[in-house]
Amino acid sequence: MTAIQPNIGVEYSENATIISFTEEKILEEKDINSLQESIMSVIEQTERINLILDFSNVKFLSSAVLGLLIRISKRIYEHDGRLRLCNIDPKIYEIFKITRLTKTFDIYKNVESAIKDLS
Amino acid sequence: MTGRRLIFPNSGVCRNLVISRIMTSPASYSIVVESKPSAVTGIFQQIQAKLIDHNFGKDDIFAVHLTLEEAFLNAVKHGNKMDPSKKVKVEYSIDANKIEISITDQGPGFQPEAVDDPRFGENLFKPGGRGLLLMNSYMDMVKFNQEGNCVSMVRYKEKPYLKKMPDQ
Repeated sequence: MTAIQPNIGVEYSENATIISFTEEKILEEKDINSLQESIMSVIEQTERINLILDFSNVKFLSSAVLGLLIRISKRIYEHDGRLRLCNIDPKIYEIFKITRLTKTFDIYKNVESAIKDLS
Repeated sequence: MTGRRLIFPNSGVCRNLVISRIMTSPASYSIVVESKPSAVTGIFQQIQAKLIDHNFGKDDIFAVHLTLEEAFLNAVKHGNKMDPSKKVKVEYSIDANKIEISITDQGPGFQPEAVDDPRFGENLFKPGGRGLLLMNSYMDMVKFNQEGNCVSMVRYKEKPYLKKMPDQ
């Protein structure tokens, strides 16, 4: 896994790029801006990217992160790519349900099932 | 409570009065901080310690954390428009059953009913506008003052200790 500063790890499988958030809490605006910069640069580097965002380390996030995810999904859509989210903590999944973002995002139990879906 | 002691630093009587007040009624606190997003971290740490002291559970702490973050960021960004010369006031009181929090900014206020519902139509694809929905979802009561620059929120403990019913 390649560590990118700040806050994400990037791994490449046969048909997908897996980005994992390394922080337990994603809150501060400057962190969210850095995340956006890092993730967008990964998206730009791969043609028609299949991107999996792995939330297994994340225990808390605010609505600002939901905004970030929407901006990421738009960019991927513009690049004819596909986005999958996985390993979302039940408390955070509740936030996705309340905001109805479960309808917008494709959410999988774990990385393996997300990769399988992208095959 | 620290603020009260600073006002009367040599008064043992006053300190005793303060302590008896804590024991008999919900403890109330008021904090005024700089209007910057990171200022909420210290406030939450204070509140979290008091929630734990009062036996609030993990779900309560998660809910209070989330709503505090959302409401505070609204105050800093939309209320005070990121003006560093402005302040945000956070007041809260806590007892065995509930926590009440109010957050006041120095902005002109807004009309919460004019905010679009982020769950429908094209709003679903907009990056912002979910803070208010989350506050309403995670708190039992959310109320704005008439000016719209102060939000008051209440959350009751999710799993209060069950009281044993007296024998019939």
